[in-house]
Amino acid sequence: MSSTPSPVWSNPAIKWVDRRMPIFSLMHKELIVYPTPRNLNYWWNFGSLAGIALVILIFSGIFLAMHYVPHEDMAFASVERLMREVNSGWLIRFIHMNTVSLFFLCVYIHIFRGMYYGSYKAPRELLWIIGVIIYFVMVGTAFLGYVLPWGQMSFWAATVITSLVTPIPLVGEELAIWLWGGFGVNNATLQRFFSLHYLLPMVIFALVFLHLWALHTTKSNNPLGVDVKKKADTLPFHPYYTMKDAFGLGVALVVLSYFIFFNPNYFNHSINYVMADPMVTPEHIVPEWYFLPFYAILRAIPDKLGGVVLMFLSILIWMALPWLDRSRVRSGKFRPVFKWFFWVWVADFVLLTWLGAMPAEGTYVTMGQWATAYYFAHFVVILPLLGWFEKTKPVPESISAAVTAGHDKEAAA
Amino acid sequence: MKTLIRIGTAAILATGLSLGGTAAQAAGGHGGPELKHPSWTFDGLFGHYNEDQLKRGWEVYSNVCASCHGLEYMHYRNLKGLGYTEDEVEAIAASFEIEDGPDEWGEMFTRPATVVDPIKEPYENDALAKLANGGAVPPNLSVMTRARDHGPDYVYSLMLGYEAGVPEWVHEEDPEFSVPPGKSFNNYFPGYAISMPQQLFPGIMEYSDGTEATPEQMAKDVVTFLQWAAEPELEKRKDLGRYVLVFLIVFTGVLYAYKREIWKNAH
Ligand code: HEC
Ligand code: HEM
Repeated sequence: MSSTPSPVWSNPAIKWVDRRMPIFSLMHKELIVYPTPRNLNYWWNFGSLAGIALVILIFSGIFLAMHYVPHEDMAFASVERLMREVNSGWLIRFIHMNTVSLFFLCVYIHIFRGMYYGSYKAPRELLWIIGVIIYFVMVGTAFLGYVLPWGQMSFWAATVITSLVTPIPLVGEELAIWLWGGFGVNNATLQRFFSLHYLLPMVIFALVFLHLWALHTTKSNNPLGVDVKKKADTLPFHPYYTMKDAFGLGVALVVLSYFIFFNPNYFNHSINYVMADPMVTPEHIVPEWYFLPFYAILRAIPDKLGGVVLMFLSILIWMALPWLDRSRVRSGKFRPVFKWFFWVWVADFVLLTWLGAMPAEGTYVTMGQWATAYYFAHFVVILPLLGWFEKTKPVPESISAAVTAGHDKEAAA
Repeated sequence: MKTLIRIGTAAILATGLSLGGTAAQAAGGHGGPELKHPSWTFDGLFGHYNEDQLKRGWEVYSNVCASCHGLEYMHYRNLKGLGYTEDEVEAIAASFEIEDGPDEWGEMFTRPATVVDPIKEPYENDALAKLANGGAVPPNLSVMTRARDHGPDYVYSLMLGYEAGVPEWVHEEDPEFSVPPGKSFNNYFPGYAISMPQQLFPGIMEYSDGTEATPEQMAKDVVTFLQWAAEPELEKRKDLGRYVLVFLIVFTGVLYAYKREIWKNAH
């Protein structure tokens, strides 16, 4: 904010650098005095947590890549060798594997938080859209990474997912061959996947900076959804939110460590410890838990191309949220009807997640179709209509007014 | 509101967590008896291996399983992890002849294995393995307990899950079911017809520590050995994990107290 004066540095080295490139002033402005709404709840922790998960993934990934061999005959053995012979190799790998789940969990909560509190509404549309792009690239990165250990599920997931392009009219078959570098998933596929798996996290990292740039331009939304109007509405980022984020990180690390040290293969499929075999198709090909809802949507549609299109649309549609949601009230807190529909939609998403893990047969298929229909109806029918019909509750005139009005009011809400 | 949020999170967390499980189970479910679940020393927060049991397990492996199954990715030197001394491991290695070469005349030759050699594979290639086992390759056992759902319970149940005839419940599921020639009926193997004949019978071997070699005892010991082969890092992992968890819990508690202190007047 322009109202915060630049600090006057006393250390001569800092002074020297800062006059030529104001990096210290920038950090002071964006990380220390940065005015943050005083009423953020713990749902606002998950953005910074996701960022830390990304950093952990990049660090552990760089060390994995020192031992990993991207070759169809050696990849599986190189991962075994890493876990058995390299000092703390098992630790590096289990950190990487389990942090992926933490990363996705944080990002899902982060996205749902935005949906509940209307964080995508003006002026934060671009911030939101960059977020959805980050999610897309994450999905790609995790898919590519899962192929690298070259187990049975790696190979067959790669086969199923890359085959999704084949129903595209005219160019589908050609496109698949081009993607594979051959007539099926093969060594060339593995090598390009490794190269891209190393690249995309850096792209995510850059996108996160754009995301933060947009954030620091529009500033954080808050549980009340009202704009910051005066100084009393905010607190400096440090120490208030640095400490709150640090505590949240502590809790996340406890959970993460439990899985790393005591249940490291919990999120893994045991069959991925069988080396890839193009001649043996596993009975059920199931993606990682974080892809399951979209996998359910893919399989709900009997037409292959239709399924692929709908699966992409199911994420793309998030980008249109700022324009689909016509309500002028941001926070779900003051939208008594929306609130319920939001939770129903979350339940629908959880249902899709569960269906994604079930075999595509019998009632599961019909359930998948209804759940998919509801998923889209929420965005294209319910949200636009709610903006029209919903009687919203009165919104407090400022954050500080609501905070000083007493906590009883908050508890009742 | 608060409760709603809590229910929501609980639901998301619970599904997130249980999905790994359900997804995995979807891959291998069948209608036979439940898996047997003996108590394992390596389960739980304080899980560890017992060296006497590991050595017995190695004896079962090398007396019974090694003629068909290899332990890929492992070397004789790894056997020190079972509690054998350097000399004992050298002696074990030296009891195997392996092919080496070519020598300076371009000839392949055989020599006794040393501790740095990989553990000897029973078959030179998969084609030979198939030929000797009715068309099925005996899979590598060094990652077996990781490569099956509920690995240790599964392998234990599999070893003890043979039946002479086909039980009633199978015919209820599929009246046409019969065991093809050369295969055996097993309650736990997917499809119930397995190319590995029953292995563990009373009296097939004796333990060097005098423990009575009942089929249950041998199954339990060999599975413990295979779990060690699959997760040799387990003890180190859990030891370190306990320190890390205790540290993080205390540290997070301190952070929480400090956060409350800072926020005291800010609400
Ligand atoms: C005579 C050769 C032979 C011996 C000895 C033998 N096995 Fe096997 N084993 C096989 C064959 C063949 C298969 C493959 C079965 C199939 O796919 O139908 C197999 C498969 C297995 C499997 C995998 C089952 C699955 O889920 O795919 C395990 C576990 C196993 N054996 C454990 C053992 C253990 C432990 C021992 C020693 C106590 C042992 N085997 C001894 C031949 C043998
Ligand atoms: C956005 C961040 C990242 C995500 C979501 C991600 C995801 C994954 C996943 C799901 C796996 C498979 C895990 C397994 O079953 O073994 C994997 C493996 C791997 N990743 Fe990443 N990763 C990320 C960043 C990185 C980076 C930055 C590098 C390297 C610089 C890297 C290198 C590797 C390597 C070498 C493997 C194969 C070894 C193994 O399977 O353990 N990753 N990654």
